[in-house]
Amino acid sequence: MTTQPGTAEHPLRVAIIGSGPAAFYAAEHLLKQPDLTVTVDMFDRLPTPFGLVRGGVAPDHQKIKTVTKAFDGIAANPRFRFFGNVEFGLHVTLDDLRQYYHQILYATGAQTDRRMGIPGEDLTGSHPATEFVAWYNGHPDYRGHVFDLSQERAAVVGVGNVAIDVARILCRTPEELLKTDIAEHAFEALRHSRIKEVYLLGRRGPVQAAFTNPEVKEVGEMAGADVLVRADEVQLDPLSEAALAASDDRTLRKKVEILQGYALRKPDGKDRRLHIRFLVSPVELISDAQGRVARMKLVRNVLVASDTGSLNAKATDQFEELEVGLVFRSVGYRGVALAGVPFHERWGVILNDKGRVLDPDSKQPLAGQYTAGWIKRGPSGVIGTNKPDSVETVMAMLEDLAKGQVLAPSQPEAAAAEALVRARQPLSVSYAEWKRLDELELQRGQTAGRPRLKFTSVPDMLSALGKTPVPTP
Amino acid sequence: MKVQNILATKGSKVHTVLPDLPIREATALMVQHNIGALVIVDAAGALVGILSERDIVRAVARNQDVGEPVSRLMTRTVIAGSLQDDLSAVMRTMTEKRFRHLPVVDHGQLVGMVSIGDLVKAQLAQYQGEIETLVTQITQGGSQP
Repeated sequence: MTTQPGTAEHPLRVAIIGSGPAAFYAAEHLLKQPDLTVTVDMFDRLPTPFGLVRGGVAPDHQKIKTVTKAFDGIAANPRFRFFGNVEFGLHVTLDDLRQYYHQILYATGAQTDRRMGIPGEDLTGSHPATEFVAWYNGHPDYRGHVFDLSQERAAVVGVGNVAIDVARILCRTPEELLKTDIAEHAFEALRHSRIKEVYLLGRRGPVQAAFTNPEVKEVGEMAGADVLVRADEVQLDPLSEAALAASDDRTLRKKVEILQGYALRKPDGKDRRLHIRFLVSPVELISDAQGRVARMKLVRNVLVASDTGSLNAKATDQFEELEVGLVFRSVGYRGVALAGVPFHERWGVILNDKGRVLDPDSKQPLAGQYTAGWIKRGPSGVIGTNKPDSVETVMAMLEDLAKGQVLAPSQPEAAAAEALVRARQPLSVSYAEWKRLDELELQRGQTAGRPRLKFTSVPDMLSALGKTPVPTP
Repeated sequence: MKVQNILATKGSKVHTVLPDLPIREATALMVQHNIGALVIVDAAGALVGILSERDIVRAVARNQDVGEPVSRLMTRTVIAGSLQDDLSAVMRTMTEKRFRHLPVVDHGQLVGMVSIGDLVKAQLAQYQGEIETLVTQITQGGSQP
C-alpha cells in the first residue's frame, strides 16, 4: 500500500523544469506550505539559473535583476536543489522523472519568436530580436552569432518592451554600456557599431503599444541618441481617444503625453537617432545584389474596432520604403515543445486547466504534470505576473495531492534522483556551484569596473568550477 | 494581455449544444459542468446563439415550457471575440453592453469562451504582478539604476 506523500518521512517530491521567475515562484509556494513536507529539484539546461532575468532583462536594467536576491532566498531552503547543465529530453526524460517524482512542473518559458510571415524575412541581416537579446546577455548558445553593426540603419519591428530594449541597446554609447553587465563580446561589437538611425515600428498606435512608461521615458534620456516621433502618428484617432477616455487609465494617458512631447522636441544633434513610428507594418524586405537586406517596404495602417472593441491595424493602400541594413523582429514569442509533453503548436503553449497539463485529445488533465509561466499562458506581463500564475498552478498541485492524484514513483528518494542525474550528466551544476560562478562574475566585474562580467560559454563555466569533461575511453 | 493568454489556461473546452436541445437538458448540462452559459452551434459547427443564466431566469419567470428547444430562448446576436483581442477592450465592452460570456472564434472555428470572471481574475493577476515587481525592487533593490 502507498502512503500519501507530504510528510517528513515521505516528502512530496517535485521536479521543476526551468529556473526562471515562474519556476522559482512555484518552488517558493510549494516550500512554504505549513503542513506539508515538499522537496523541490529544479532543472535547467544551462549551468546558470534565472531564465530571462539573466538572459532577457536588458543589461542596462540592473535594478530589475535584483529579483534574483529573492530567488537566492528560496534556493537557500534545505529542501531545494538545483541541477544546472541538465537538459530535459536529453539527460533526463519524462519517463525517467516519473520514476523519481510525484509531480512534474514545466516552466520553460517562451524561448523562440513569432515570424512576421513576409517575403524577405530570412534575408541576411534580418534576425529575431530574441537572438540579439540572448547574444548581448551572454547566453552560451548565441555567443558566436554575428550581427552586422557596420550598417548605419536598423529597424526593430514591434513596440513591446523587448523591441524597445533592442532599440535602446543599439543606441547606447560605449560609456553607457560600461555601466552594465552586457556580455564582453557584445560590448566589443557595439563599441565599434556604425549604427546611426534606429527605427522602432509599431503596427498600431501609441495607446495600443505594449512598452511601458519607464521605458518610453528612458529613451528620451539617452546620452548619444535623439528620439524622434512624428506628430501625425501620435495624434490619436477618434477610436483610440474614446478608448483612452473610457478606460480612465492615467498611466496610459501619460504614455501618450510623453510620446506627444517627443514629437515637439527639437533634436540635439546627437550621433544617433531613434525614430519611434506608429501605424506601419512591414510587408516585404528587399535585398541588394548580394542577398542582404537593403530596404523594407511598409504599409500604413488605420485602426478599426473589432466586435469586442479591440482596436486592430488595417492596412491601407499607402506604402513607403525605408532604407535599412539590419532588421530585428520582435512581434511575439512562443514556447518550444518538450519531448513527450503535449504542446499546442499554433499558440506555442502547453494547454492547461489552471496549470494542469491537458491531454490534447480528451482535454482531461494528465496526472502529475503541471505548467507555469510563459509556456503556460503565453508571453504576457512583467516578472511579478508569474507569481500569481505559479501560485494558481501550485494550488492545483495541492488539490490533486489531497485527492491522491499524483504519480507513483518507484524511487521517491532524493538520493536516488541525485544518483540518476550524476549518472546521466556528471557535469551537473549545483546551486552552491552557481553561487561560486556568481561570485566570480561579480569579482571579474569589479576588476573591470562593471557590475558583473558574465561567463558566456559552458566550458568556461565548468572549468572555472574545476569541472572537467570525463574523457571518453 | 490578450484573450489567448486567458484561454491557454482554460483548456479551451467549450460546451456546445444543438439548437433543438430541450431547455431542460441544457440547464442540466449547465448544472453538471457548473457553467453560466452554453454556446449553440448548428450541425456544421457554426455559432448560432448563446444561452445564458439570464435567458433561463427569463424563461422561468414567464413559465416557459422547458421541453421547448433552446433555439426558442437563446440570444441570437452574439458578440464573438478573437484570440488577439486586448483584455482591457474586451472588459470595457462586456461591462458597457452588459454580457458576461464571450465565445472566441479563430479562423471561423469556436476555440473557447471567456467569462467576465476570467477577465477580472486576469486583470487582478496583472495588477498583483506589477505590485510584486515593484515591492521586490524596493525591498531587494540596491542603489544601481
